[in-house]
Amino acid sequence: MFDAPVAITIENLGKQYTLGHQRDRSDGMRHAIEGAIRAPIAWLRSRRQQKLQRADFWALKDVSLEIKRGEVVGIIGRNGAGKSTLLKLLSRITVPTQGRIRIDGRVGCLLEVGTGFHMELTGRENIFLNGAILGMSHSEIVRKFDEIVAFSEIEEFLDTPVKRYSTGMFVRLAFAVAAHLDPEILIVDEVLAVGDAAFQKKCLGKMGSFAQTGRTVLFVSHNLDAVRNLCRRAVWLKRGRLHQDGEVAEIVEAYVENISSERAFSYTNADYGLVIQSVVLKNGRGEQTSQFFPGDNLVVEISYHAEKRIEKPILALGVLGVNGPCFTSNMLLDGHRPNRLEGSGQITCTFKSIPLLPQNYTLKLIVRTANVKDLIIPYQDVAYFSVVGDLAEYGYKGDFVTYAQHSTPVVVPYEWRLPDGCTVAVALTRPEAAGVGSRRVRDHL
Amino acid sequence: MTQLLIEAGRTEHQYWRDLWRYRELFYFLSWRDLLVRYKQTVVGVGWSVIRPLLTMLVLTVVFGKLGRMPSGGHPYPLMVFCGMLPWQFFSTAISESGNSLVSNSNLISKVYFPRLVITASSVITSFVDFLISAVFLVALMFWYRYVPPLNVSLLPFFVLLVFGASLGVGLWISALMVEYRDFRFIVPFIVQFGLYISPVGFQSGVVPARYRLLFSLNPMVGIIDGFRWCILGGPSNIYWPAFALAVIDVFVLVASGIWYFRKTEQTFADVI
Repeated sequence: MFDAPVAITIENLGKQYTLGHQRDRSDGMRHAIEGAIRAPIAWLRSRRQQKLQRADFWALKDVSLEIKRGEVVGIIGRNGAGKSTLLKLLSRITVPTQGRIRIDGRVGCLLEVGTGFHMELTGRENIFLNGAILGMSHSEIVRKFDEIVAFSEIEEFLDTPVKRYSTGMFVRLAFAVAAHLDPEILIVDEVLAVGDAAFQKKCLGKMGSFAQTGRTVLFVSHNLDAVRNLCRRAVWLKRGRLHQDGEVAEIVEAYVENISSERAFSYTNADYGLVIQSVVLKNGRGEQTSQFFPGDNLVVEISYHAEKRIEKPILALGVLGVNGPCFTSNMLLDGHRPNRLEGSGQITCTFKSIPLLPQNYTLKLIVRTANVKDLIIPYQDVAYFSVVGDLAEYGYKGDFVTYAQHSTPVVVPYEWRLPDGCTVAVALTRPEAAGVGSRRVRDHL
Repeated sequence: MTQLLIEAGRTEHQYWRDLWRYRELFYFLSWRDLLVRYKQTVVGVGWSVIRPLLTMLVLTVVFGKLGRMPSGGHPYPLMVFCGMLPWQFFSTAISESGNSLVSNSNLISKVYFPRLVITASSVITSFVDFLISAVFLVALMFWYRYVPPLNVSLLPFFVLLVFGASLGVGLWISALMVEYRDFRFIVPFIVQFGLYISPVGFQSGVVPARYRLLFSLNPMVGIIDGFRWCILGGPSNIYWPAFALAVIDVFVLVASGIWYFRKTEQTFADVI
């Protein structure tokens, strides 16, 4: 689709990890010395045994790819699919077991924000140290120093040891250094997982401007919205192999469908003859998703099949944040119950305009019999979702990079009336003007 | 435009070019270690003088006063300090560089650069301490109103030799430490043991002649003798077989150290 020259060629790439080897190592040197002494006798035998015993594990296998200059490619896949291994090979942290990679251009890697920062050193000292570790020359760092400081917004704390920084400041500084590396090929792994939406937007903006100047970007993220916004092409890795490669919207859609079907919760209680076939989350527009914006509706669709009739069961749903319970819908409290479950059907619960801060959440379900005491389905996780979005668009002005993750997640609309007569209202309701969330992010690139 | 080819089972020929490209990192990592080392200490850099000073006093008392060992006509403290200068450098360098890869494991698993930089820069850090101690030695010479002979002009050669020995052993230990943490226990032992099999507290001359060659297999013997010969002069301090052995040892250590380090380097990120 491009006529640009090739930036990265990957042929038959494979990386093997030997799991058995790890067990040997726990014995340390004693094992090695022992082995060396016994070696002449047992050499043949051990060689044969090793082949049988060793659990070889291919983290990546037979991957071939061609990436043209100026392309922005998202790499998606579940944990352990080989994404990080691929990036580690591309960034030369480790070497392949088979195959080859040809790279044209200077590579900059952002595998983790803040790598090589030293807690005892000041911000200024860390800029130089980190820059050098990432491959910048001294003169290059000096030239970009002001720019880095401006981007990180930590001017006043330049001479404070970074161990006294807030998480937000730390992350901003670390990203600022890495973002000014100015490579021809940028490899980014999940760095956006750290900050909040405003920070993520800034990073995405920086990466977007990289792409616009004709540089190649490889981007790994679990944040599918970010992938969709930033990339034109996506590569889907599955169990170490290249599963699909193509236009981003298409691949992401196929991937989402795949994970929601693979991950779907189901539960069977033979005693009561009840099968929960699926628990599906949808947003207010009826789209199945696992990402919501603050103020969205959260629709929980429970599909069941009851082989025997169940009279007046009691359902309860609970939403839990990182720090504990947020809210529930509990039939034990509200007293509303289905008269009976019989055959196949659906129960839907809609949580209206969820006032949740951007965090990860768990949905739990419990089903009791009419007598309250007996459990048909014990209390357990049935779905996971995350709330994403930029709090600035909800009128927030604080340092939410630092504080949103630690705050209680539920925000009931509130109003400050201040001594100077000002009244400020804060609410996590969806801003009217905004369209689909993903589109908003793109506006700021 | 830089071109890079990564292929399975082939050591990169770009390695030495990369090492050159990352040359500033030697400086930055050493600088970091130096900055960090004395943060939140009261005495600060003073420690790099206090440590050898106290060791010198102890060795002078034990070997010079109690053991009544000969000092070749020089003040015993001065004689001891000439031996301690290279020995302290060697021992701190191998302890520091031995741990260097493991304590920088977050860097190794997250960023690429020639790993040799880490080990080498921790040797450089120890070298700075060596220089500070050397200033102290000069002060000591003033104190004793001692003027060194012309031999002193050859000192840089022996400094180079001790640097090589430290780097060679450091490369071996740091690379081995990645896989075998046993070396965490072995290194302090080498350092402790080495103090007695090297002529730090005494002169090589006290070793019986028939054991002299065996004794000299330790490269530090030739190096320490060389330091004494440069600073104190006198034919009694230089024993040519020991010197030749030291040069050979250092050469072998550095060459084999680099070979083993390069051989294992590629898997550091997987193993560490």
